[in-house]
Amino acid sequence: MKKTSIVLALAATLLLSAGAFAQWAPERPVEFIVASGAGGGTDNFARTIQSIIAQHDLMDQSVVVLNKGAGSGAEAFVYAKGNAGDPHKLIFGTNNVYLLPHVAKMAYTSEDLVPVAALALDEFLIWVKADAPYADAAAFIEAAKASPGSIPFGGSQSKDTDETLVALVEQKTGAEFKYVPFNGGGEVGVQLAGGHIAANVNNPNENLGQWQAGAIKPLCVFSDERMAESEPIHGDMGWHDIPTCAESGIDISAYQMPRTVWLPAGVSDEQLAFYVDVMEKVSQTPEWQEYVANTSQTGRFLAGDDLASFIDNSETSTVEVFKAEGWTAQ
Amino acid sequence: MGNFGLLMEGFQVAITPMHIGIMVVGVMLGLIVGVLPGLGAPNGVSLLIPLTFTMDPVSAIILLASMYWGALFGGSTTSILFNIPGEPSSVATTFDGYPMAQKGQTTRALTLAFMSAGIGALVGVVVITLLSTWAAEFALRFGAPEYFSVYFLAFCAFIGMGSSAPLKTIISLLVGLALSTVGMDTITGTLRLTFGVNELMGGVSFLVVVIGLFGIGELLMTVQDGLRFRGVTSRIDLRDVFRTIAELPRYWATLLRSSAIGTWMGITPGGPTAASFMSYGVARQWSRPGEPFGKGRPEGIVAPETADHSAGTCAMLPMLALGVPSSATAAVMMGGLMIWGLTPGPMLFATKPDFVWGLIASMYISNIVAVVLVMATVPMFAALLRIPFAIIGPVIVAICFVGAYTVSSATFDLWLVLLFGVIGYLFSKLNYPLAPLVLAMVLGHKAENAFHQSMILSDGSLGVFWSNPLVGSIMTLALILVLVPQLSRLVSKFRSRGTLRSAQ
Repeated sequence: MKKTSIVLALAATLLLSAGAFAQWAPERPVEFIVASGAGGGTDNFARTIQSIIAQHDLMDQSVVVLNKGAGSGAEAFVYAKGNAGDPHKLIFGTNNVYLLPHVAKMAYTSEDLVPVAALALDEFLIWVKADAPYADAAAFIEAAKASPGSIPFGGSQSKDTDETLVALVEQKTGAEFKYVPFNGGGEVGVQLAGGHIAANVNNPNENLGQWQAGAIKPLCVFSDERMAESEPIHGDMGWHDIPTCAESGIDISAYQMPRTVWLPAGVSDEQLAFYVDVMEKVSQTPEWQEYVANTSQTGRFLAGDDLASFIDNSETSTVEVFKAEGWTAQ
Repeated sequence: MGNFGLLMEGFQVAITPMHIGIMVVGVMLGLIVGVLPGLGAPNGVSLLIPLTFTMDPVSAIILLASMYWGALFGGSTTSILFNIPGEPSSVATTFDGYPMAQKGQTTRALTLAFMSAGIGALVGVVVITLLSTWAAEFALRFGAPEYFSVYFLAFCAFIGMGSSAPLKTIISLLVGLALSTVGMDTITGTLRLTFGVNELMGGVSFLVVVIGLFGIGELLMTVQDGLRFRGVTSRIDLRDVFRTIAELPRYWATLLRSSAIGTWMGITPGGPTAASFMSYGVARQWSRPGEPFGKGRPEGIVAPETADHSAGTCAMLPMLALGVPSSATAAVMMGGLMIWGLTPGPMLFATKPDFVWGLIASMYISNIVAVVLVMATVPMFAALLRIPFAIIGPVIVAICFVGAYTVSSATFDLWLVLLFGVIGYLFSKLNYPLAPLVLAMVLGHKAENAFHQSMILSDGSLGVFWSNPLVGSIMTLALILVLVPQLSRLVSKFRSRGTLRSAQ
């Protein structure tokens, strides 16, 4: 009797300590798979996290960054599918992970990846040339209504976040634009500064330089509240002075692009929990705050159920736009 | 204070023992990266970026830029020695560089390439120094139709005076265009010509094709020509280096013309690869009669190298002043700028003059450092060709495959190298020119995008290409470049027929 209780007690301690040690940690170097080419927004996102992990020693294993940006990032997600269950591959993307399979026939579905965390939200704004005759977003929409389909609206890529937003504006306001796709946000910003297009919906960071120089101006931001206070950027106007689009009469409460981290499907809960923890620690460092401020994004850490419902909302509302535009892949 | 004063302040930033040390290290790393095909400057620079996180931005950009210059120099080395371009922009250097080396004049070919590259780079930096403000504004005038016209001009300049049969040139060009359409299309957002193969989603990598066509294709040719197990018997004499340098002033016209083409393509931003092709084409068209191009003519090395480097240096300007990278490497560096907390754009010159002018000043010094370092390697590289083929042949095969794999770490690319090796061999056997194919692969997709965007903007009217003096004159110049040689060929044919008749 006594013997058994000792054995039981021993077994219990063993189990307990096993429970404490069950916290999984990477056993090999971890690959950061970036769903964009080198130098893009997603690339900067991943490399910033890489540098923070190194500076704060958040992981024992080293980190290798690989760019797999082909097919609007699909290359990275197909790679995740091919490495199902491998906890040493983190995939960095945006909302493209769950939106791409809706518009093009892809060799993966969003089921092939597990969301780890979202660390920031990138805002979208309507930008026009500084000397454009539109005082606010309402005037711009009116001008588009007056001459349907003739105002060239530039954006990055086709059937991607930018064109979706322009289509959403069209659906909500009844205005019609001429959408012109370019390769990336930087290019679209310069095309606007040069007056080759009339407007774009760039992220703050992509147009910051041109706004500082006074070549272009923001009309409104697609967010439910104004952006954070900042130093004045041009004249006496800073990010916080830009009205939201809802204030300006465009009935879109929020349209934001999450910066997301994923794992291949089939990893265990401990493995997922490890990376959620690392990402949460990253999001609390001063370096991360600095990156978010420098790139004028909104820092927001989402994981677990919050993240799942965010993705669910974002996916449902965007797919509605796709359906209305007839973009959904059969 | 004028640009000159700012530059002097920049020199104060750049000339410190630490920065000179950084330049030497950067150039050396760049040389290694450039010499290995596939592992190009963009890969090298992105590998270095994590190291720069803790550095001061000026030191960081000097390191990355020096690496870029080193890689540009290194890329020409393998073009000349083994017919394998180390960098996309050194493809045009293979056309005359490789034949010259095969004739045993390796030292001359390398010296010509490096010296003209150095001159091109210095012209580029001087242009940046003098015209930074103006050039940034000029680049803003480029919309989709203007971009298309620049690519069109590059095509026309290169093809206008093709020495091969026109039909074969067209076929080669069309194969290249077809290859460039594989993968995701930016304008329509759909996948094209992938046949459900995931590996083709990202398109066919230009570098992989070039490594196959030139590297493996050339090896197959060598093997068939009867295995010569001896190396090229080249005399390695230091005096050759100086003799070649003394020879340079003779090519002043080519140097000037190519620098102008390079700076123009760097600023507009057409990019170094387009610049080197265009410059080679123009040199072939306008050089004094002499030995034919493609057989080891000096101008055929000087022209692409000068343009490549002046475009490479000038490409820094649109990146800093507008936030538009005109080369893949510039795109990676721009990512670095943002991580360091700097915003590329018109205000960078005003808000961070020490950074901008420190970089520009470092470009003078690091290019000189690069020329000195690279000239020191000439005898070593030239000696490589004396190694018997039985040893160097397998090494080249290994380099080709390793290089192709490093482009995007895909095993599929290894099969592509083999496939294009065979295609390259067949093309040479059947006298199809390879250059139009390569040019179409580099510029095809960009030209197509710009054309498609122009058509959206103009609602389908071709008139957009003559809608303002800038785009109109570039388009007209392009048409002249392609049509005049054909007309003069017709006229001379007609005349020779006439003289024949009168003789009868």
